[in-house]
Amino acid sequence: MDHAEHPHDVHGGSHPVGQQHPLGIYFKIWGLLFVLSAASYLVDYFDVQGVLRWFLIVVFMLLKAGLIVSVFMHMVWERLALVYAILVPPLLLVTLLGIGALEAGYTHLARGTFFAPAAEPAVAAPAHAK
Amino acid sequence: MAISIDAGPVVAKPAEGWQSVVADVSSDQRAFKGVPWGKPMMWIFLVSDTFIFGSFLISYMTVRASTTVPWPSPSEVFGLELFGRNVPLLLIAIMTFVLISSSGTMALAVNYGYRRDRKTTFALLLATAALGATFVGMQAFEWTKLILEGVRPWGNPWGAPQFGSTFFMITGFHGTHVTIGVIFLLIVATKVRRGDLDAQRPGFLTGRRGNYEIVETMGLYWHFVDLVWVFIFAFFYLW
Repeated sequence: MDHAEHPHDVHGGSHPVGQQHPLGIYFKIWGLLFVLSAASYLVDYFDVQGVLRWFLIVVFMLLKAGLIVSVFMHMVWERLALVYAILVPPLLLVTLLGIGALEAGYTHLARGTFFAPAAEPAVAAPAHAK
Repeated sequence: MAISIDAGPVVAKPAEGWQSVVADVSSDQRAFKGVPWGKPMMWIFLVSDTFIFGSFLISYMTVRASTTVPWPSPSEVFGLELFGRNVPLLLIAIMTFVLISSSGTMALAVNYGYRRDRKTTFALLLATAALGATFVGMQAFEWTKLILEGVRPWGNPWGAPQFGSTFFMITGFHGTHVTIGVIFLLIVATKVRRGDLDAQRPGFLTGRRGNYEIVETMGLYWHFVDLVWVFIFAFFYLW
């Protein structure tokens, strides 16, 4: 009874099982991942700075991550219950990340006020802000 | 034993959309109807791993955003001298393309596995392992270069000491995952080549019959390693 989830075990592979999709989609995603990686590398190569740099980096990152999870890891074809069981916890983690980012700016401000080297003015722009 | 999911009255017409979620979660014994047990097991492991990598990246973000000491420019630190010119981030870009390609060959391996094409599956798994090993080799080169330049877990020559600790921690943990993945790939490749999966021979330390789902499970792990690199690439090297 507990082998009912492996129908091909008893059928000898007479009908399609598992995640079977046309090969073309994998090549397309592979190519897209190359293009997106090249694009994010070019952001650094041409030294794009400021808000635009952050915007581009995060957009390319999320697109790449989305393509890998949805197609390579077959998430678009999985059962909805499995999809939610897997995607909801990391989304909660992103919330923590957002809170952390807000708090980090506040911590930096406090450190700039109290711990910055004497030579540096307390209001100096943070190194990461460029 | 002989009951299959498409055999008559055992399973009614599958629910769709939200109703399928309700049906899955409220179903007796199994939460994910029709999902082979190995897949959610690997996913649960990967979600826990996501939280570990997430913790690393969050602590990295916190130390980097809050330090008042200048942070080294990764673009320059990871640049390479090429034809007498410093190309920014070149090594990391090549590593990224190598890892993405390994994900491509892995996805194809899963597909050919389900087609019962032993030779092609074996070749693709081997190619994936070779690309993974190349990645680890390049990372070893990167580590050697930085250690020779004086980067340590407690400091670096260019500023904030946290750069050293987060660099070794994050890339080290990722590199460990790639290394374990390469070993895992070689084991699965051997099983495929020997025909263990076609003959349903049980694996080492298990009584369960071998089947091609382990190639997909292996693939989930490998794509996850690539996925983590996407975030490391963006947050550690491009920031």
